[in-house]
Amino acid sequence: MLDAADILRLESLQVHFPIQGGLFDRVLGRPAGAVRAVDRIDLNVGRGEIVALVGESGSGKTTVGRLITKLAQPTGGKLLFEGRDMTFVQDLSALRPYRHRVQMIFQDAYQALNPRHTVFDIVAEPLRSLRLVDNRTQLTDRVSEALASAGLNPPDDFFSRFPHELSGGQRQRVVIAGALAVKPELIVADEPVSMLDVSIRAQILQVLVDLRDKHNVALLFITHDLPLAWLIADRIAVLYLGKLVEIGSADEITFNPRHPYTVALRNATPQIGANAGRAELPALQGEVPSAARVPNGCRFHPRCPLAFDRCRQEEPPPIEVGPQHMSACWLAK
Amino acid sequence: MIDSSQHKGSLLEVDGLSVDYGLKGVSSRAIDRISFELRAGEAVGLVGESGSGKTTTAMAIAGLLSPNARISSGEVRYRGNRLPIDHDAAMRPHRWSETSVVFQGAMNALNPVHRIVKQIAEPCMLKLGMSRGEANARAKELLELVGIPADRGAAYPHELSGGMRQRVMIAMALACRPSLIIGDEPTTALDVITQAQILKLLGELRSRLNIALILITHDLSVVAECCDRVMIMYSGRIVEDGTVAEIFAQPKHPYTRLLIESIPNPASGKKIIRPIPGDPPNLVNRPSGCAFHPRCPSAMGICATELPSLDKFGQGRVACHLHRSSQHDKVAAHA
Repeated sequence: MLDAADILRLESLQVHFPIQGGLFDRVLGRPAGAVRAVDRIDLNVGRGEIVALVGESGSGKTTVGRLITKLAQPTGGKLLFEGRDMTFVQDLSALRPYRHRVQMIFQDAYQALNPRHTVFDIVAEPLRSLRLVDNRTQLTDRVSEALASAGLNPPDDFFSRFPHELSGGQRQRVVIAGALAVKPELIVADEPVSMLDVSIRAQILQVLVDLRDKHNVALLFITHDLPLAWLIADRIAVLYLGKLVEIGSADEITFNPRHPYTVALRNATPQIGANAGRAELPALQGEVPSAARVPNGCRFHPRCPLAFDRCRQEEPPPIEVGPQHMSACWLAK
Repeated sequence: MIDSSQHKGSLLEVDGLSVDYGLKGVSSRAIDRISFELRAGEAVGLVGESGSGKTTTAMAIAGLLSPNARISSGEVRYRGNRLPIDHDAAMRPHRWSETSVVFQGAMNALNPVHRIVKQIAEPCMLKLGMSRGEANARAKELLELVGIPADRGAAYPHELSGGMRQRVMIAMALACRPSLIIGDEPTTALDVITQAQILKLLGELRSRLNIALILITHDLSVVAECCDRVMIMYSGRIVEDGTVAEIFAQPKHPYTRLLIESIPNPASGKKIIRPIPGDPPNLVNRPSGCAFHPRCPSAMGICATELPSLDKFGQGRVACHLHRSSQHDKVAAHA
């Protein structure tokens, strides 16, 4: 079952955040519910592979990223890194080697950077705290190398600068450099370009793709943008209300989606080129329900244009619809 | 009231408009001699990155500039009459009745302690002199128009989702039957599917009510879906103006071309990342000549020294020396 090439494997991973009922509910003995933020997700990421996790807000995509980087605790399932079970590891000393190899890039570079630290200190911080260098020369070398890999050249020009002195694109590069400094094998990037100006996005994407091409770093790229996922990823996983509804190669998901939600997502994405000037935007009705009240059966059925009786009663399992292509839909067969 | 006699031709004319912002004694030019016309019922996208001046342009048209802004040249005409855009009180009769604005953060623009029906009814009472009963009826009608069941009018803003709140904002913008709606990134904070719903709604309302639309966005693909025309702004100037079909098929300005190429487009089948080098310019310290020249792959000597004017080119306009030189040659040949 375990593929030797996989660096990361999630098996039925789940997070249910408990809802503390009010006093009234407790007196009446009403059961407290749970927010099912992530619901039994199976996902693997190979070495040097780029997997995009696509979903709308509330789909749980950021929570998955936080679970993998151990910034949130799962309530069930398994998180395997190189076959080692990391699911419930919480001890800091045990996490240190893990954090050395798994890093995260956050969406808002401005908030992720300490405004009172220089670029050098920001990038040096993980090296110091993980005790990866012995002396100042080594530290300077590693920081320079990381800044250069993130496209900040020449690196020494940036050492003594503060975040407010940098442009938005440069700030995101500093965040990336901080993640790179420890030479991780897996990077979780949570919407790394959505706050950036359009003309800067491609620069940052190039940096991320170069990392994979040159250093064989695996990347879990979290985004709400399907065309962007297609551009950067080898495989795309589509998340709806905490559940993976479809997973497959980037081309398959983009050109041959087999789950009605993926189809709706694709149709809703504004596009230039072939479809430009399309008179009608096919729109899905309604909005994503709350993760505290997940619908019975297939969780997409209340909004699905193709839903039938079985969808309301029984949750569809992932069904293989092609090579490496799964869709959790009763109609996918 | 503004003279509403039908002015021949344009609904809105912006003529040589420049706006400066003063901050701690330093003045920086946000937009520089912007000129364009808008016909009744036309939808135009104003596209640019942060700092390109797209929001300043729109806020100037609505007379909603911040107190530290100064209009240093030019004017805005509406149906042929000059708008007092630098005079808040004088603009009041014009706002809502002729021009309304839909802002980006609908959640912040609504009053959290009033029911939405009351908030929509308010401009009707103030502007159209309706009684409370009439205004409430009108508000319910408007809610239905934007696709919200009228009985949801009793809800408070926090009871509605982001997409619903943005619909409420659109209903308010429509309340006094304006001829122009300015949408300032109206879908940026929304999810893809909700965005498609709102864009579809705006398109339907526009054709049904013959409202002109200025859509401010950083997202070219949104414009491709719902505008007739697009103006590309860079560092406070319009660098290209043309129909959507023309600009996407044959962009003239190198910036426009690079911008279009940088959007992932599965339909093209090409997975190539093409970064635009460099960073967007600083407004206080703008590059000489054409502001895009330090990043432009086609830059020539003249680009660093001389500012290209926005000249007619084909059906549209473009501000680039590459396209001017050919015209000069033609003029030279004629002479």
